[in-house]
Amino acid sequence: MELQTLIYLVVGATFLLYFVLAIVARAGTTSEFYVAGKGINPVLNGMATAADWMSAASFISMAGLIAFNGYSASAYLMGWTGGYVLLAMLLAPYLRKFGKFTVPEFIGDRFYSNAARVIAVIALLVISLTYVIGQMKGVGVAFSRFLETSVEVGLFAGMGIVFVYAVLGGMKGITYTQIAQYVIMIFAYTVPAIFISLQLTGHFLPQIGTGAELTGAGSDQYLLQKLDLVLVDLGFAEYTGTPDLMNTFLLTLALMIGTAGLPHVLVRFFTVPRVRDARKSAGWTLLFIAILYTTAPAVGAMAMWNTLKTVQDTDQIGAPEGNLLYAERPQWMKSWETTGLLQFEDKNGDGRIQYYNDDNEAFAAMAEEEYGWNGNELYVDRDIMVLANPEIANLPNWVIALIAAGGIAAALSTAAGLLLAISSAISHDLLKGVFMPNISEKNELMAGRISMTVAIIIAGYLGLNPPGFAAQVVALAFGLAASSLFPALMMGIFSKRMNKEGAIAGMLAGLSITLLYIFMYKGWFFIPGTNPLEDTREAWMFGINPTSFGAIGAAINFIVAILVAKMTTPPPHEIQELVEDVRVPRAS
Amino acid sequence: MEQRSNRANYWRANLKVLFGCLVVWFLVSYVFGILLVDTLNQIHLGGYPLGFWFAQQGSIFTFVVLIFFYAWRMNAIDKKFGVAED
Repeated sequence: MELQTLIYLVVGATFLLYFVLAIVARAGTTSEFYVAGKGINPVLNGMATAADWMSAASFISMAGLIAFNGYSASAYLMGWTGGYVLLAMLLAPYLRKFGKFTVPEFIGDRFYSNAARVIAVIALLVISLTYVIGQMKGVGVAFSRFLETSVEVGLFAGMGIVFVYAVLGGMKGITYTQIAQYVIMIFAYTVPAIFISLQLTGHFLPQIGTGAELTGAGSDQYLLQKLDLVLVDLGFAEYTGTPDLMNTFLLTLALMIGTAGLPHVLVRFFTVPRVRDARKSAGWTLLFIAILYTTAPAVGAMAMWNTLKTVQDTDQIGAPEGNLLYAERPQWMKSWETTGLLQFEDKNGDGRIQYYNDDNEAFAAMAEEEYGWNGNELYVDRDIMVLANPEIANLPNWVIALIAAGGIAAALSTAAGLLLAISSAISHDLLKGVFMPNISEKNELMAGRISMTVAIIIAGYLGLNPPGFAAQVVALAFGLAASSLFPALMMGIFSKRMNKEGAIAGMLAGLSITLLYIFMYKGWFFIPGTNPLEDTREAWMFGINPTSFGAIGAAINFIVAILVAKMTTPPPHEIQELVEDVRVPRAS
Repeated sequence: MEQRSNRANYWRANLKVLFGCLVVWFLVSYVFGILLVDTLNQIHLGGYPLGFWFAQQGSIFTFVVLIFFYAWRMNAIDKKFGVAED
């Protein structure tokens, strides 16, 4: 069958599945709309949370990030998984025991303050909006690459699909579609990885293959060792080399704390029946995430090796015949050239492809002198490491179709979760909680659906016209979640003495100092050219990368909150009772 | 009064498990994967330098085990203190 037809069929079938699930599992009450009626099985919730969590970036870009950064990308792997340990032990079970609908609601009740609740809503909206723009763009890009539509058409299609199943289904509908999306996503990710691992190392499990010897004539070396050697020979840093450990440490910490404080993830643990289910469900979530996250480093290393080996005879670096003739390039390079993700420019006019690090000045000078290389000739987009995998491994067309469906599933599932978090913050926290406490359940449900619709339109608009901050998901979303929500939630549970004044002062201090630090280096509201300080390691305060600043912001939040709480009156008796109550699964 | 001290003891037992888990959490990621990565990279696990393996594989596996361990221990503690749900 024609590849295009096959992709349309597979992707179309997945959409049909999402619609059917949404209609069967549509929400009829506010409890079903916000928290799926608290009736989701913990294993299934684990799958749904994994899909909710793993975005277009995890699915399409992470392996490439690892491929081009080697060890330095470990911060993302550890940060985005280790956060679940914090979430499972410090937050999720207690928030489930609290038993209401949203994260800001807990902050408002625990700190007996609508002001605290509104600050939490603002943080939630900034975090979720930043995040959702990337997802909408991801849907558009996935469509345009695989279905050969324009990005706009893809984005509108994505908006339409999310509209049907999220507005109609609410959390209940979203949960069941996310379970389906997880299955599609993980299958699409692991199948090509298994085949590539088999081809390169003879090992079935990519996690083992990455640490194994390369098969094939003349190479009895380990994949990672060989990768280190060849990359250094081409002027790059060692794959397993370890530069800037301080920022790796801080970024890991910021991502972990930020992950644990993300409202759209936390709220998924409101949907299980009991406290013990929340604990267990966090374990299942991380297991389902770990399947992809431990495969990604394998995909990264193996795809990097495949790329290098394709263009460069690794035993003859510098010899003219060592480089691939452009005319003899393989089919997958030709097909990805048309997308612009792969580009060749014959700088030294020898008709061969030279791929090396020409930013390394000493190496570039040597290569020009001795090899006759006039600059790197191959541009490789990092996303290609996942997208072109099936073609590199010569896998059948249905696997390519599956990657398309998987990429779209990853973007849609995360977008839906974020949109739900946004709409419940508006209809439940702002309308019902602050402005219209007497609103009827029926009207609140209607308000939830309307705010979801508005959120979809705004997210779609911003996806088409991405503002500067859309590219700063890591700094902005994780930085703010770490510096505002996580500390407030944790102290709300672990400190009976923490009061309204402390929590509010802590959140405001964490938020504002983190934003200020990011703006100083990235520009005010990310407008290019407005940054007072250069975004370079030399200019960073104490060498701290603004992207890693969330960890410092969290520390500031904790310190300010504790100091202010010490100087002000303890929370009222019934609040201390509330904390006692949240700490035990069942009153004894 | 007795109910109060039971709750306090339950909370202390929880904090103890929690603390132990977080020590392991910190060790496999921040210590083995980052602070001691260069030292551990002298040792090899197949083709994986050990520090690199902790940073990209080992820490993640440990996290999964940790959460299930915590859930299992807490279920037992819930029962012991009579605060388990139905």
